Amino acid sequence: MASKTPRRSSGRRSKWATAALIGIGLLVTGGVYAGASAAMAATETPTAATQLTVDDGKKLFQANCATCHGLNLEGTNDGPSLFGVGELAVEFQVATGRMPLQMQGPQAPQKPVQFTQEQIEAMAAWVQSVAPGPTYPDDEVLDGEGDVANGAELFRINCAMCHNVAAAGGALTEGKYAPALTETSPLHMYAAMVTGPQNMPVFNDLNLSTEEKRDIISALLFLQENESAGGFSLGSLGPVSEGLFIWIFGIGTLIGITVWITAKSN
Amino acid sequence: MAHEEDALEHERASWKPSPGLAVAVPDPVQNPGLPPHRARMTDKDPAAMTRAVRTVYTLFYLSLAGSIWATAAYMLFPIESGRIVDIRNNNLFIGLGIGLALLALGLGAIHWSKAVMSDKEFIEPRHATRGRDATREGAVQAFRDANEESGFGRRTAIRGSLIAAVAASILPGITLFRGLAPHSDKSTEEGALAGDPVALLKQTMWKEGERLAHDPSGEPIRAADVTLGSAVHVIPESLAELGHSEGYLEEKAKAIVLLMRLLPEDLPAEYNNLDWAYDGIVAYSKVCTHVGCPVALYEQQTHHLLCPCHQSQFDVSRSAAVIFGPAARPLPQLPITVDAEGYLVAKSDFTEPVGPSFWERH
Repeated sequence: MASKTPRRSSGRRSKWATAALIGIGLLVTGGVYAGASAAMAATETPTAATQLTVDDGKKLFQANCATCHGLNLEGTNDGPSLFGVGELAVEFQVATGRMPLQMQGPQAPQKPVQFTQEQIEAMAAWVQSVAPGPTYPDDEVLDGEGDVANGAELFRINCAMCHNVAAAGGALTEGKYAPALTETSPLHMYAAMVTGPQNMPVFNDLNLSTEEKRDIISALLFLQENESAGGFSLGSLGPVSEGLFIWIFGIGTLIGITVWITAKSN
Repeated sequence: MAHEEDALEHERASWKPSPGLAVAVPDPVQNPGLPPHRARMTDKDPAAMTRAVRTVYTLFYLSLAGSIWATAAYMLFPIESGRIVDIRNNNLFIGLGIGLALLALGLGAIHWSKAVMSDKEFIEPRHATRGRDATREGAVQAFRDANEESGFGRRTAIRGSLIAAVAASILPGITLFRGLAPHSDKSTEEGALAGDPVALLKQTMWKEGERLAHDPSGEPIRAADVTLGSAVHVIPESLAELGHSEGYLEEKAKAIVLLMRLLPEDLPAEYNNLDWAYDGIVAYSKVCTHVGCPVALYEQQTHHLLCPCHQSQFDVSRSAAVIFGPAARPLPQLPITVDAEGYLVAKSDFTEPVGPSFWERH
């Protein structure tokens, strides 16, 4: 259908002018904001730290953690003692942003990480030197080359009741929850199993062998890396999200078609 | 309709208003009749009719294309490499083809009938519910004649044998389906249990001296290896040797146990039977007493167990007492001790049936 509107010779703006002006304005604003935030991020990146010593770790711990955990890991009324938790617990709690704790509550949520990896390792080394505990694993345990099928079976038996069979997380009692493992790094999966953070049971080597942990990590990495065979996973929450989807869109479509079938043609 | 000239005539003739209930109103509601006929665009405008016809056959050709595409997709996206993404593509593209084929067929048919087929209103009166007296007598007479001619009422030998034969014909079905039910075999102990669901529900594989083993490997567990804060998923050691055809899943469903170690001060003697625990290690059935979901969401600091199905909560530090939710009873506790080699063993079977209630539970 060809437009028969005559081209205006002068005076009036085109009907597209307003839309074009808004579009340009939005683009400019967005561009400036993106540039500015990139610049901010660039200035926030710390300069590569020189090797931090165990002493630096002690100072960092006493400045940032001792209020609750005590100057020598002995704990206070506000926080548990850290004897025997080991460097792996420090790595898990600090490098996922759970510590420093933002407030007392049912569970420490994940937050943006507050320290550089060097600082975390220095604190971990100091905690380990005062009262030893679980340590960093061999790289082989985290390589994701284990037996995926066996790992998935072990995951279903030991982990899935809280973390969901598709590792999408789930609710526990009184505000606690098992987090989703869809973004978790292999090191933090291992650390969580070994140290049993918060209300998670401990799956040390006497319960699940190192090889079995490697299998479980491989299965979780497989889930992270491979797209869902069934198409849209809708959060992998089972009947909650899938039921909601089909009630709204499936039944909505059926109602629409029914209305169309019964309406008279005009 | 076709078989009666005025369907309601004889009903109208015989109808009398019920005395006393009818209210005569001065302005009774008048039958408004049919709304005026409204011509469709396709009736008024030949171009619109051409468009509608084109839409209908385009939809039918789309349906044809969908069917051809589904057939082609079956060959283009085979499930041969064993990769999961192949199954996904195969399902997706065949499904899109079949979906398009059926949907376009339906839409085309509906659009045809709504926009193209003739559009006239007409009234189709209901025929009377009650037949005319003559029709009713005719039907009775037909049965009477049939009885007379077949001799069904008169020849009692035939009638009796027919009834007996029909009744007997369901006997094989009853026999066959009865054979599907479990049967007791009194010669062995296990066989005697097989046909008795109540006895089956009251016992599990656990017995005195049966070692507690990891699920699913079947490796026995030493008491020294159960650390504070751990939760170990446990099966009877001899279960791991059973094959799937030998009742592995049936036995596992009853015998699964969760093993936890608590500090001695978290297991107060007034709430716990410490004879059934070993050095702070306790073992509870994983089958919820509500409707039988596996209860294994253990919180190691609160010592609460949560059932994911209906949010029943059990307090492990108090004999797994119910502290929230619909479960009616605590989880059954498996009495445990250690054997000479330090491995955890059961002292006996559970002392009550595991899992949800059933009629003859007590």
